[in-house]
Amino acid sequence: MELIGYREEGKRVLLANVGKYSPTSIDNYVANGGFEALKKVLKEMSPTDLINTVKESGLRGRGGAGFPTGLKWELTAKEDSDVKYVIANADEGEFGTFKDRMIMEGDPYLLIEGMVLAGYAVGATEGYIYLRAEYPHLWHVLGEALEKARERGYLGKKIQGSDFSFDIKLFRGAGAYVCGEETALLESLEGKRGHPRRKPPYPAQHGLWGKPTVVNNVETLSYVPLIIKNGIEWFRSMGTEKSPGTKIFTVIGRVKHPGGYEVEMGTPLSTLLFDYACADRNEFKGALVGGAAGVVVDESFLDVKLDFESLEERGALLGSGAILVFNKDDCVVDILHSVLQFFKHESCGKCAPCRLGTQALFEIIEEIRYGEATGEDIDKMVEIAETMKDAAYCPLGQFVVLPVKSAIERFRGEIERHLDPQFACKKCWR
Amino acid sequence: MVKVYINDKEVDVKEGTSILEAARQAGEFIPHLCYHPDLEPRGSCGICIVEIDGVPGYKRSCMEPVKEGMRVKTNTKRLREIRKQILQLLLSDHDVECATCVANGKCELQRLCNLMGVDPYEVPKILNYKELDDTSIAIIRDPNKCIMCGRCVQVCNEMQTVSAITFSRRGHEMYVETFYGMGLGNSVCVNCGQCAVYCPTGAIYEVSEVDAVWDAIFDPDKHVVVQEAPAIRATLGEEFGMEPGEVTTGKMYAALRRLGFDAVFDTNFAADLTIMEEGTEFVEKFKKEGENALLITSCSPGWIKFMETFFPGLGKYVSSAKSPQQMFGAVAKTYYAREAGIDPAKIVTVSVMPCTAKKYEARRPEMRASGYQDVDYVLTTRELARMIKEAGIDFKNLPEEKADDLMGIYTGAGTIFGATGGVMEAAIRSAYYFITGKDLENLDITAVRGMEGVKEAELEINGAKIKVAVAHGLGNARKLLEKVWKQLEETGKTEYNFIEIMACPGGCVGGGGQPFGSDFATRARRGEALYKEDKSLPYRASHHNPAIKRLYEKFLGKPGSELAHKLLHTHYYKRDRVTGKVL
Repeated sequence: MELIGYREEGKRVLLANVGKYSPTSIDNYVANGGFEALKKVLKEMSPTDLINTVKESGLRGRGGAGFPTGLKWELTAKEDSDVKYVIANADEGEFGTFKDRMIMEGDPYLLIEGMVLAGYAVGATEGYIYLRAEYPHLWHVLGEALEKARERGYLGKKIQGSDFSFDIKLFRGAGAYVCGEETALLESLEGKRGHPRRKPPYPAQHGLWGKPTVVNNVETLSYVPLIIKNGIEWFRSMGTEKSPGTKIFTVIGRVKHPGGYEVEMGTPLSTLLFDYACADRNEFKGALVGGAAGVVVDESFLDVKLDFESLEERGALLGSGAILVFNKDDCVVDILHSVLQFFKHESCGKCAPCRLGTQALFEIIEEIRYGEATGEDIDKMVEIAETMKDAAYCPLGQFVVLPVKSAIERFRGEIERHLDPQFACKKCWR
Repeated sequence: MVKVYINDKEVDVKEGTSILEAARQAGEFIPHLCYHPDLEPRGSCGICIVEIDGVPGYKRSCMEPVKEGMRVKTNTKRLREIRKQILQLLLSDHDVECATCVANGKCELQRLCNLMGVDPYEVPKILNYKELDDTSIAIIRDPNKCIMCGRCVQVCNEMQTVSAITFSRRGHEMYVETFYGMGLGNSVCVNCGQCAVYCPTGAIYEVSEVDAVWDAIFDPDKHVVVQEAPAIRATLGEEFGMEPGEVTTGKMYAALRRLGFDAVFDTNFAADLTIMEEGTEFVEKFKKEGENALLITSCSPGWIKFMETFFPGLGKYVSSAKSPQQMFGAVAKTYYAREAGIDPAKIVTVSVMPCTAKKYEARRPEMRASGYQDVDYVLTTRELARMIKEAGIDFKNLPEEKADDLMGIYTGAGTIFGATGGVMEAAIRSAYYFITGKDLENLDITAVRGMEGVKEAELEINGAKIKVAVAHGLGNARKLLEKVWKQLEETGKTEYNFIEIMACPGGCVGGGGQPFGSDFATRARRGEALYKEDKSLPYRASHHNPAIKRLYEKFLGKPGSELAHKLLHTHYYKRDRVTGKVL
């Protein structure tokens, strides 16, 4: 059987069992060491021990910001409340990203076990999986997995005979990128418009329905059972000092083998693109690293190591781990046009800088695309994006500056060529 | 207390204060647009951003609480750039038709753009023209002027709990919308107009009747009679640069005469008439039912539609007395027509109201007791001010004049109708007299005055205890009435005997037709001005009004008479909770 988008290269830890057995078969999961971590924790560890273990492991959030997971849990555990929530952020809306989908499609129990552990650590009794609307098939996969886990006593009242009770509900989003932002996600879960909330108070203090809440990415939560099972040393032996572990990158675009690659943190970009995904070195022009809210890079960036620190040093972000490769036939204006169309479409509309900024940027790139713009317009784009960075309400608007500025910095010549009405660009239909 | 430094100016403020408020206290100005002191900050515009020492990036000062020792800069090179850029973006998405805009001169966006010298053509125009919502009798919404600050939505949902409007769609396509896009006129909107008062631009405003009124004035066949609501005298001056709360009764009459109205009367007279009818109704009810009696006032048309929609079960407790505006209209086209010897068909009654809901009330099909539409045209304070300005009248320096006698004499009880608690106070003054035959020794019932959301008081008349409550703003009214309704359902009676409800916060001085850009503090000052006028008047209780006495002697007989019922009382309907239509 050939699995589409499934690549063996790299170091497969999270994805070790993906594709090996039927995703909803709980017997197979248990036979492969599933729920061992949960049993161990319930028997031997207190919530504080668990939090300390996660803290020592150095696990950082895989959703993009890289916030230390143990610290997040500790903040929520500290709050005094009889009701707390754990939420798995499965609203994977960044374009080109499907890492969470791979985990949920191939090994859903890993996420469930991770959520129960998170619930145990912070003292929650209820969890939600906020599932992206565009993953309707996963509704059934996860629903079946949850049902089976409940039957076997891995979920529900008094899990595995302990005093700990925890259950998980599935919640389907309505198709808004902004709901990947944790406070907008909470609003949406409460049945309101997906608009980001005021921070502070943070979800750790005032989350879902005003209760302390942990919101973690699917990949982050899925890592927790593995860390408990295999130990901190094992986890820290992979990746770099400050970004330990592996990370799933989804590589798309002009590569021979597009798909999800799990690699150790700190793997050079060139290894991922040329050795694993088999992009053509001679044709390579650049890549959009980190999803729509990522950075447009050229060849000079190929030596960069893929981990939180190294990318940050070079002014980029790990983001969701999506990498879009483009080659010499492709047009940067066309790519930027797609990115800006995406943001214009996904801006929630709450704040003026983002609502109007994304639209204005889109109008300008349209003008550039059809040869109606001037050089000043290119500078105007940077100005608007910078304003959005400083004044937008939430990360959606704040990060638009990354693709815009990096594309203009690195490919200004190509963009300026489009100012000439005589210039013919196939990609821009002119 | 927390010590903070705004532009190196030291200021001590309460913990939890926002930086914006702290700056105001320090006398430092932070430009802001979507923020309004009466509402929860939403942080949508991003103009009030500031720099904080030691904190990366920029923070919205309306939402960011102060911290001990915080050092804030409110005006730097970068902040200026960002603010200008946001304003440019806003203008690029705005129908910049300032010349004809009702908010011209009062528009908060215009003011900021002016202050900061913003070029409207810096950013390509991104405005998508949308259709005006003119389905309502009272209020027009112009989405092309909307800047999505969200104040109107907050006001409608949280302050008034009517929820006629909300946001629809997202991103640049987002707009403020009614249920299924059917328009305000086909929604639960109660026409209170608070959205218009809070709108920072000219995106929401009244349906103007200025042209129709000018036409009537210029028509030699028509006899145009005008009445002005109690609250107008405390706010009209603001439109001409006077301080809030400056009472301009005499100038107002003078201005109306110069505009060409044939007879200048006063709604305060009709307010006194309302008290005679409503007070009598209460006394009769109280005599019959004792402590189980419950009467709720009926002079706020926004409240009446709200009741018909959300609390139809309370309809039988609401006074059947019409509002002063409608009483005036009915009496003008019967009593005044007879006294002056004018054919009522030729009389045009114009009322100047602080209210957008009055436009709706005047056109209710049942409001034709005189055989004609009792009130022909309703102008808001803003519209009257525009007419005065159009006619080139120097309002500030007008000599004071008096209203015409027949329906222009009023008492202090009529004046305080314009402030929250005023109707209650006026009614008690007369009810006490109707029951005991004596006047209250102290006419000031201060327990029902002021800006607190729900006010309660207990009074003793002839040994019987009467519990009264006053609520202003429909959100407060909803809270009070939910309690009342629960009590009624459980025990069949309620602890209250008399309840006054005003749809707008502060009462009519805070009405939806009042000058743009007021807040609770301004409304309180306007209210106090009315109480001051009340104190200064020779008569302070409605039953002492000589013009009212004459009206009953010559025409109506006595309060609650058959003719009074025909002309001065009304009935209510049950309304659909989605469309607001009569069921």
